[in-house]
Amino acid sequence: MKLRPLGVYAFLYLAFLYVPVLLLPIFSFNDSSIVAFPLKGFTSLWYAELWHNDTMHGALWNSLKVAIACSVVATVLGICGARALTRYHFPAKGGVAALIMLPLVLPEIIIAISLLVVLLQLGFDLSLFSVTLGHILMAVPFSIAVLSSSFEGFDRSLEEASLDLGEGPAATFFRVTLPIIAPGILSSLLITFTISLDEFIVAFFLSGTDPTLPIYIWSQLRFPGKLPHILALGSVLLVASFVLLSVAEAMRRRAARRVGASGGLL
Amino acid sequence: MTAVTGDRPVAAGNGSWARLARSEALRGFALVSPTFLYALLLLLAPILVIVAFSFWTQDYLTIDRTFTLANYREAWTEPLYRVLMLRSLAVSAVVTAATVLLAYPMAYYLSFHGGERKALWLFLITIPFWTSYLLRVFAWKIVLGYNGVVNASLLELGIIAEPMEFLLYNVNSVVITLAHAWAPFAILPIFVSLEKIDRSLLEAATDLGDGPLRRFLRVTLPLSLPGVIAAALIVFIPTVGDYVTPRLVGGKDGLMIANMIQVQFGKANDWPLGAALAVSTMVIVTAAALLFVAFTRQLSTRFR
Repeated sequence: MKLRPLGVYAFLYLAFLYVPVLLLPIFSFNDSSIVAFPLKGFTSLWYAELWHNDTMHGALWNSLKVAIACSVVATVLGICGARALTRYHFPAKGGVAALIMLPLVLPEIIIAISLLVVLLQLGFDLSLFSVTLGHILMAVPFSIAVLSSSFEGFDRSLEEASLDLGEGPAATFFRVTLPIIAPGILSSLLITFTISLDEFIVAFFLSGTDPTLPIYIWSQLRFPGKLPHILALGSVLLVASFVLLSVAEAMRRRAARRVGASGGLL
Repeated sequence: MTAVTGDRPVAAGNGSWARLARSEALRGFALVSPTFLYALLLLLAPILVIVAFSFWTQDYLTIDRTFTLANYREAWTEPLYRVLMLRSLAVSAVVTAATVLLAYPMAYYLSFHGGERKALWLFLITIPFWTSYLLRVFAWKIVLGYNGVVNASLLELGIIAEPMEFLLYNVNSVVITLAHAWAPFAILPIFVSLEKIDRSLLEAATDLGDGPLRRFLRVTLPLSLPGVIAAALIVFIPTVGDYVTPRLVGGKDGLMIANMIQVQFGKANDWPLGAALAVSTMVIVTAAALLFVAFTRQLSTRFR
């Protein structure tokens, strides 16, 4: 077959993407505190240690609080943004969209330091709240990207029919629009949740005394003895992200099918 | 909702359409305003504050708001900052070239030979891109470290007698790690632009006597150029300001400008200088990006 070399290349490329990442779970079960081949045997010791680590549990709890708040607010803002940008025409629409989507390409450190300076100048204390503010800013563009595929193929006549039949705008939204885009919303919630859960830079600058999970990981990376334990934590995070994203992708496709659109994520 | 009914005069119909359009613009604006205001207050305003700070000076905790260019003078003349800035740009340029060149065949394969499994391939490629950046970078520390996978395995196999120290903590390891971490970002835009190519154009080129290579160079490549440009920008702009990778795998000689910006906002406690470095980075990156786009456009028109 003529296409062979390219197919081989594709597989190698995928291996390049995955192999370094898959080393984390592999070594997390390795019965040695030194991370190197050959593997020394199977152990679940590092996971057991993780289970009893109170500092880590505190960080996990902090991360969950931030991620839940971030995903809800970012998705609400994303719904407003995606609906307005796909459904309406208004002056300066391009500029508005560009500003909202800017965090996608802006180096994260710029977002982090500018928020840091403003919040401190305004007299706010750094806390999980300031981290959440930053995460929302970064998550909104992704929410809009996901929800746009739900809104783009949306058949407007369904809403008009509802209005003609005597439902008010609010009832129309909740009884017609919302059920149709519900999978898209769920997808957006999951993706923004994952982004917040994994985000490091903004949390690094904006968190006060309460660390989030990535900050806890960062603080442990200095100690070689803690390495296997961090590998175990990292593996759990990888699996959690993978599951959340798989569900999100399934939902997004369902949403796109419902409105007959076939748009990709980006 | 008002509908223009047939028995109304045309002029009145136009008027109500204009009103409708006006109110539609208003409604669109009202709907986007929460999201827009959020970005305005927490993104644009803070960036403007940073710009303002870059023209001020700081003495311990007090900020002197007299206009000065001293921070920029220091940011642009101090050799250390210049080295870090040039290194950041060079590293990002190499990373961008590597990711785009490596991603193109992958995106091409996906688009033209992906078949029914196209969606699965895309999903598999995007998954690592959503998982923790910190952990993906950290994985390379495990691969390349003194006691890392590569060294330990080669030692065990008797291929080397001493662990190789040059693998980690230098510019090379920063480039490798960044190229890996940003690879999926480059594939998506290229893939999208390849998908948009009308396949009948390729058939036409073949019918008119172009071989596969000529057809690729004269039809596929120029038409996918917008995707290539987008991929390059999506990788180049954020990597210039990357903090985690140089800090984790860069060692002393692999540090980049973001690490210095962090120092100014942290230990050194010189916000105005940090702000001047940040603004300079943004300006230089934007200029480099615009130059790149102009250059690529020029190149593509000459070839066609």
